[in-house]
Amino acid sequence: MPRPMTITEKILAAHAGRESVEPGQLIECSLDIVLANDVTAPIAIREFAATGAGSVWDPTKVALVPDHYTPNKDIKSAEQAKIVRDFAHAQGITHYWEVGCMGVEHALLPEQGVVGPGDVIIGADSHTCTYGALGAFATGVGSTDAAAGMATGTAWFKVPSSLKFEVTGKLQPWVSGKDLILHIIGMIGVDGALYQAMEFTGDTIASLGMDDRFTICNMAIEAGGKSGIIAFDETTRAYVEGRAERAWTVYESDADAVYDKVYRIDAAAIEPTVAFPHLPSNTKLVRDSRHVNVDQVVIGSCTNGRIEDLRIAAGVLKGRTVDPRVRTIVIPATQAIWKQAMHEGLFDIFVDAGAAVSTPTCGPCLGGHMGILAAGERAFATTNRNFVGRMGDPTSEVYLGSPAVAAATAVAGHIALPDDLD
Amino acid sequence: MRFEGTAHRYGRDVDTDVIIPARYLNTSDPAELAKHCMEDIDAGFVAKVKPGDIIVADENFGCGSSREHAPIAIKASGVTVVIASSFARIFYRNAINTGLPIMESPEAARAIRDGDTVAVDADTGTITDITTGEVFTAQPFPPFIKGIIEGGGLIAAVRERVAK
Repeated sequence: MPRPMTITEKILAAHAGRESVEPGQLIECSLDIVLANDVTAPIAIREFAATGAGSVWDPTKVALVPDHYTPNKDIKSAEQAKIVRDFAHAQGITHYWEVGCMGVEHALLPEQGVVGPGDVIIGADSHTCTYGALGAFATGVGSTDAAAGMATGTAWFKVPSSLKFEVTGKLQPWVSGKDLILHIIGMIGVDGALYQAMEFTGDTIASLGMDDRFTICNMAIEAGGKSGIIAFDETTRAYVEGRAERAWTVYESDADAVYDKVYRIDAAAIEPTVAFPHLPSNTKLVRDSRHVNVDQVVIGSCTNGRIEDLRIAAGVLKGRTVDPRVRTIVIPATQAIWKQAMHEGLFDIFVDAGAAVSTPTCGPCLGGHMGILAAGERAFATTNRNFVGRMGDPTSEVYLGSPAVAAATAVAGHIALPDDLD
Repeated sequence: MRFEGTAHRYGRDVDTDVIIPARYLNTSDPAELAKHCMEDIDAGFVAKVKPGDIIVADENFGCGSSREHAPIAIKASGVTVVIASSFARIFYRNAINTGLPIMESPEAARAIRDGDTVAVDADTGTITDITTGEVFTAQPFPPFIKGIIEGGGLIAAVRERVAK
């Protein structure tokens, strides 16, 4: 009998060609997808050249997404994007998306069926952990790891121990996956899951749609986690069917699998939550944060730029206008989401409310472009980080929260709940 | 490997955005990145850092983004080693892969003061605060990781494998 294993251990064991693995063990795994973007790929491409490999191990399993500084912000970023484009074309990379097809990588890859349940994925972007929502092992690495992965189709890992987050009960109105993950990060801290896999289970998680699940796994890294994961179920199946480009494998944790710690969370006790500057763990309740005025609201990113996020924001903004002092920027994460939002009439709602609708880009989330803050300015964003200078000047501030609260905040001019607007 | 230099002291959760702000990520040139190293946590860092200096910090150094630009900027700024209570996991991998020596020692990280002269023996894991005379021992690297470091980094290992 192999030892009981968590879903994470099972996926890693299968990709290491072993019957079982245990936390702390150093293993080499075969990879299903290696990802890099216009910030991290140029270094990866330089390092790849140094390996002497010449060509990538499999041109159908490398994904290159120019999404951070694109459409090109300036000459320097145009040069970076060109390095990625030229490499993609020279190597015959099938998963390269040009501006016009491109989207924010962690929304794009699941949507296009490039990543699927049971996969092992490395990405030279810390939010690669997003794909755990599909029941995959996905983790962020640096450019050099991505280069080695592109050359060999393998990567080394220390098998992480796991933390289990068992969430049960019904979420209150206006409480989303974003509030849940902010609540958890606030509880355990920005290194509360350092080197560990965060496994989310319980009837609350089972009741959530894929978009909320992506949001939750996306922010595992903000607790220091190596990965976040939610086991495959019927919701996952409905999402991947007709989408996944490869056959998938379903794994689940054994009932007697070993966890470093089990956190039991009562979903009904969670309220709309906001992370104050300058750490995602610096959480407070929205109802205690109404004194914070903002200059800008950003609704988008790999955390909350999916169609359900836009529907929720539009639901709050419908028939209302944003405070004239609040620059409100809505960024659908992919072209498909953009088109869907347009067809559903969401853009009419956003534009009538006085919000700008952007083409897909990571843009303002990392302080790249498309909504940079001046000295002392404050933004409320549905993004994932609020570090010093994250969205602009080092004296600017970022507050993190859900699309519903972001939309209400845009209307009120200060941090607010949708119910405050009535 | 032995290093000796002045310690630059920081707190916990030093994130990659303050190590190298994203507004400079439109280049991957080490010299260019080094000009802005630690800019948003310590605007005077670049002016005061000297070749051979050491960064000392508390828990979770390098948290946040996967940008390899962070260890590259630190190394290009002249810093020879980072000592911290703990490192965020992507930064830990990136430092090893890019050849920036790092040492995990909560005791040393707590005791060393800003401006102290510190000597580090990376082979034995011995950290000596020359200013105070205190001696600490860092957590040794697992043999597998030590192999990557001694072999000249991850790319050197891959190069060897590709050549076979």
